[in-house]
Amino acid sequence: MSTVVQDPQLLELNPPLVQGTGDLHDLTDQISSVIEAQVFETPLKYWITLACTSSIVLLLGAMITYLVNTGIGVWGNNRPIGWAWDITNFVFWIGIGHAGTLISAILFLFRQKWRTSINRSAEAMTLFAVMCAGIFPLFHTGRPWRAFYWLFPIPNTDLNLWQNFRSPLIWDVFAVSTYFTVSLLFWFTGLVPDLATLRDRATTKVRQVVFGILSLGWRGSARHWRHYEQAYLILAGISTPLVLSVHSVVSFDFATSVIPGWHTTIFPPYFVAGAIFSGFACVMTLLLIARWLLNLQNLITIKHLDNMNKIILVTGSIVGYAYCTEFFIAWYSGSIYERFTFLNRAFGPYWWAAWSMYTCNVFIPQLYWFRKMRTNLWVMFIISITTNIGMWFERFVIIATSLTRDFLPSSWGYYSPTWVDICTFIGTIGLFLTLFLLFARFLPMIAMSEVKGVASQEKHAFAGQEGKVLHR
Amino acid sequence: MDKMSLFQILNNAPDEPAGLKQASTSSSTTPEYWRSLDQLADTPEFQQWVHREFPDDAVAVLDGNSRRSMLKIMAASFGLAGLAACRRPEMRMAPQARGREDYIPGSPYNYTSAFALGGHASGLVVQTYEGRPSKIEGNPDHPSSLGAATALAQASVLGVYDPDRAKVVMEGGKESTWEEFEAALKTLSLGDGSGLRFLSGTVVSPTLESQRAEALKSFPKAKWVEYESIARDNERAGALLAFGQAVDVHPQFDRAKVILSLDFDFLGNDWPTPLATKLFSKNRHVDSEEDLEKISRLYVVESQFSLTGANAEHRLRMRGGDVQQFAADLSAALGTSPAGSDRRAKFLAAVAKDLKAAGKEALVVAGPRQPAVVHALAHQINQTLGAAGETITFTKAATTDRVESGVDALKTLTGEMTSGQVSTLIILGANPAYTAPADLQFGAALAKVANSIHLGAENDETAAAAKWHLPEAHFLEAWGDARSTDGVVAIQQPMIEPIFGGRSAIEVMALVLDSKDKKGYDLVKNFWASQLPAASRDNAWKKALNDGVVAGTKSAEVKPTVDSKRIQAAPAAAASGIEVGFLPSATTWDGRFANNAWMQEAPDPITKLVWDNVVLVSPAMARERNLKDGDMVALTRGNLKLEAAVMTQPGHAANAVSIALGYGRPRSGTVGTDVGFNAGLIRTSDGFWFGQGFSMAPTGAKHILANTQEHGSMEEPQLVASIKPNHRPLVRESTIEDYKKNARIIEQMNEVPELDSIYPQRTWEGLQWGMAIDLGACTGCNACVIACQSENNVPSVGKDQVLRGREMHWIRMDRYYVGPVDDPRAVEQPIPCMQCENAPCENVCPVQATTHSPEGLNDMAYNRCVGTRYCANNCPFKVRHFNFLDWHKNFLERRRIEPELMSMVYNPDVTVRMRGIMEKCTYCVQRIQEARISTKTDGRKEFTGEGVVTACQQTCPADAIAFGNINDPNSKVAKLKKQERNYAMLAELDVRPRTTYLGRLRNPNPDLEAS
Repeated sequence: MSTVVQDPQLLELNPPLVQGTGDLHDLTDQISSVIEAQVFETPLKYWITLACTSSIVLLLGAMITYLVNTGIGVWGNNRPIGWAWDITNFVFWIGIGHAGTLISAILFLFRQKWRTSINRSAEAMTLFAVMCAGIFPLFHTGRPWRAFYWLFPIPNTDLNLWQNFRSPLIWDVFAVSTYFTVSLLFWFTGLVPDLATLRDRATTKVRQVVFGILSLGWRGSARHWRHYEQAYLILAGISTPLVLSVHSVVSFDFATSVIPGWHTTIFPPYFVAGAIFSGFACVMTLLLIARWLLNLQNLITIKHLDNMNKIILVTGSIVGYAYCTEFFIAWYSGSIYERFTFLNRAFGPYWWAAWSMYTCNVFIPQLYWFRKMRTNLWVMFIISITTNIGMWFERFVIIATSLTRDFLPSSWGYYSPTWVDICTFIGTIGLFLTLFLLFARFLPMIAMSEVKGVASQEKHAFAGQEGKVLHR
Repeated sequence: MDKMSLFQILNNAPDEPAGLKQASTSSSTTPEYWRSLDQLADTPEFQQWVHREFPDDAVAVLDGNSRRSMLKIMAASFGLAGLAACRRPEMRMAPQARGREDYIPGSPYNYTSAFALGGHASGLVVQTYEGRPSKIEGNPDHPSSLGAATALAQASVLGVYDPDRAKVVMEGGKESTWEEFEAALKTLSLGDGSGLRFLSGTVVSPTLESQRAEALKSFPKAKWVEYESIARDNERAGALLAFGQAVDVHPQFDRAKVILSLDFDFLGNDWPTPLATKLFSKNRHVDSEEDLEKISRLYVVESQFSLTGANAEHRLRMRGGDVQQFAADLSAALGTSPAGSDRRAKFLAAVAKDLKAAGKEALVVAGPRQPAVVHALAHQINQTLGAAGETITFTKAATTDRVESGVDALKTLTGEMTSGQVSTLIILGANPAYTAPADLQFGAALAKVANSIHLGAENDETAAAAKWHLPEAHFLEAWGDARSTDGVVAIQQPMIEPIFGGRSAIEVMALVLDSKDKKGYDLVKNFWASQLPAASRDNAWKKALNDGVVAGTKSAEVKPTVDSKRIQAAPAAAASGIEVGFLPSATTWDGRFANNAWMQEAPDPITKLVWDNVVLVSPAMARERNLKDGDMVALTRGNLKLEAAVMTQPGHAANAVSIALGYGRPRSGTVGTDVGFNAGLIRTSDGFWFGQGFSMAPTGAKHILANTQEHGSMEEPQLVASIKPNHRPLVRESTIEDYKKNARIIEQMNEVPELDSIYPQRTWEGLQWGMAIDLGACTGCNACVIACQSENNVPSVGKDQVLRGREMHWIRMDRYYVGPVDDPRAVEQPIPCMQCENAPCENVCPVQATTHSPEGLNDMAYNRCVGTRYCANNCPFKVRHFNFLDWHKNFLERRRIEPELMSMVYNPDVTVRMRGIMEKCTYCVQRIQEARISTKTDGRKEFTGEGVVTACQQTCPADAIAFGNINDPNSKVAKLKKQERNYAMLAELDVRPRTTYLGRLRNPNPDLEAS
């Protein structure tokens, strides 16, 4: 094999998607060794982090038990603020999930090769986020033991009633469960070749059996690959509209209501953009942590991160545009209630929430116009966090503060969370991180089969030219 | 007979209670077996244990015990085991017209009874199920009720089942029995009665009066003192001063065109029967052009912003002590034309002119807090105007026997007690240790009385200080009678055997007098047997029970004349320092309803405060002294000191503060103890209603106030200096003049574009329910709120939950201030469910738990509800209430009550909602169904919606609520909805509310309106 001489200028403009992977075997080794490592071989920092996050999961369990035993009154929800942190968290988590689907499905369809290093973890993140999200619609109900089966179209003998198909909450149930199912299938389908690799490398009986079952008899034949590629493409096709539809449906919860601040027709695109915005930020946070914890700098390169930051900038600006539109319409509609709601949002008792949201979502991401900022790890880590704080506030501002002051001044109120609200939300963060850490340790976090494709392509793209630069 | 009572079933099963009963009564005195060496030695520790185990105070027993053992102890100690506690009383009662001849289990029975408060009495109809009273309504045949009942009267039914009530006879802090008391009473040597004193509240019971006469005859040197914290003493003294004879005064608000109230909150706290509101609102119903001319004009002069002030066309705020001077000036101004340019002078001139113009259609009334001379001046003005005998009538005072009443009489009595002249004091149903002015030191004086006997409903402050404490039966547990101010007597029928073995005042008096009759029934019946004509005695008695009024008891009308020479206005009170005005509490009255959770949670009609009282200060004073709501202040004068929280009251007089009585009870039940601040600490006998010369300083501490309405104006708050806040046309009002010019003015206050739907609209045929609320008539008295709570088993949630905005009232009273914050007007608006035709709550419910009935009701299926709260979010009127916690369990556990006792107050026709589900006003669907079923069972052809009366509508003293079939053009509601002043709130949302409002029409004086 000839020596590859790479043009440093080109490298800077268009760096390779993976670096220093050696040959394909090294790549397999690097990714599989994480899974195949003995307990003591995994870095201690991993186990300590896992211990912390899983104790937060216990907290979540305790909070939910307390809630179900005592009633919604343990939260700060009240009249008129029927929904507060519960639905805020639901929309927040659902939104986070969207980046995963976007990365894996839409970028796949657009043949964006840079997705390969991050798509697996982004998809996993989607699943875990939807799981966290699902907790809230169930447990925010006064009687979750009833809601559990009355919200699904399962025949019920007690009342023989259908669900109310006019209710956006029922659309939510369908949208979210569809989303979860498709995401799970898509993720699992992508995992099959890698699971087979792990099976083949297995040295213990348990691993052989478990991966043997999960890899569904994959042998890597051309026929398998053909079916696999087709299935993956179809699932990507199914997932793509879900990126748009799920959050649109979630936004209908508010858009179809009569409450000023909720009743807004721009909600579907506004929510979708916001979801992708927050989802990318969350993927960014997770990747930066995983990259550091599991030493994956060669596979998750600055180029990946730079691309993601560009998307964050675009979606953040769309969200900012939506904010402006809302204010314009509030004035233009001539509705005194609408007008007051938006004045109240920015200057009422919750002004600090609104201004946190404008700052985090609109002003701070503008830093990404500068390449320096886009490629600085610390900057992107901080911005990924502030973006998620901003997006959480966006949901809180829309959901809770619109409810605090609606039509009749006599029924105005104020909301403040209780310790149970706060601990429940922290608990879901713990659940999310725990699931992610378990995934990173026990399943291939990076899609080996896909990265290998990219790695060899990169290699050949340069090797064939003997180091000459064609594009000049 | 009626053997199927809930309690019987519950108590028939276990055997232990009977055994426990013995234990509880004997163990503390003669233990047969010792349990420990401590017990044998009778050590203090053992005494403590006994006290804990078998105590003087039921609440203490229950501390630290499981609920199961609590039931046992309760059942045993209070004699529930042997008695069927909630069977119907043994004595004969005649059912009301709605009752039936043969008893049908599960059907409600209605009986008449009577309710007395503050010297007033009203007639009641009490609904009972299986011998348990569950709902109180006004007796339509009683002249003081006319079918309505006040919030306090209705809430009193909850008191029957109050587990904190006095339950055992106590002697010197130890448990005793009625037998021991009777024996002890016999040993008292009362002689000629020189050391004997009786102390009671205002007596309105003719039977008790006859016993009083008998007592004063048998003990010629004894004295009987009447003292109540809130009574009609000044009114009586004023009449005596003006006319030289005792007369009862009856303002006829319905006959007056121009009314001036001198600090008289007759629509609110100062008139504890529905009569004043009934009469006043008569002229406020507008059904035709002619009715516009009927609308009276009300002027109010007062310190605190009262409900009457809120309903006034013009209100002048001034210190309570200055009202006297105003009355004197007005009296003078009727002869001359006064000059002056300040607000008071203009107001005075305008009122004088208006009153003169109205002549005999004018009416000047003075409030019970104002001294006698103000009442006398009012009588004089009325006479000058020719109104006496027209808009105000007089009857001969019913009581004439040797009785001293009021704070001066109490002062004399305390003096006698302190100097040791009183050896036996019998306190009947009063709580002077709490209600007496602070300077009288009643508690200390009581300690000097050798034999103090207290009959009281609660183990209260007086009970703790008295030698004997006797549990008083609730008025729904005992026979009695009550005379209203015009002399009409109603028999007070019991609905239930005394649950805790209490006795009534007349039964205790029968013991004192050693009468032949000892039972309440015999006492009342035999008294009336002597009063009723012999020929028709039995029938008259039965008729009296059935009608709720004793025929022929109305007092004769008299026409007294004012002797102006006797009336000398005292010089105005010195203006130094702050004036503290004491108000009756709209919720706890003088403190006797402090343990009533319904009342504690009923928002004050003006302040909207619950579970508290506060020092109300004017906005100017709050600004000057930099006081925020909830800041603690100390009000001091000499050695009097009260620390209490302040709250800004728009429209309050400057340099004066007000505080409601009846709070800060040191010794009430679990609900009422230490709730709010005890205004009695700074109330003195010379400053009984208005204490002058106080100073006020913040203490730096904070107190959390629970208020049910955060924003009190229909104007939006000013959020950005450069943007003008909008006005929201929610409560709409117009002057008569503007309305005459443009009848559509109310409707035009909110322009709604043509609202079309792309879908075919549902047609509403056949029976369709709707409601119309006349804001012109509604005074905001809260009666509907309590009626709804009682009818629909609406839970109380407690102060901490109200703070979180989780109160449950299905109908709430919104209050908005209009105008400048220093001197605004106020409007009230009752908000039940709007039962929207396009209900926004319905389409968002994922499980179809709330759907529309074919008759236009927005129904709730409680057992389908999973509690997403989406419907409540989407309700523009926020009338949906969520059970955030298990309110009933929460409430019971907090009060350590067995659910069986508390559940006796529930209306069995209405589901008690569990936690986690949504609830709201149903338009009393159970009453609709009841009417439908009775149409069917009576064999009538078709149910046309006749005879359906919702609970709020039934009790409304202003008749402001109309309900019925809107498709029946002859129904009242359909006619009201056709009026031009009918409007739907938030019509622009196209939710099409079935509850609509009739705009309020005001009759302002053009002279004052311009300024």
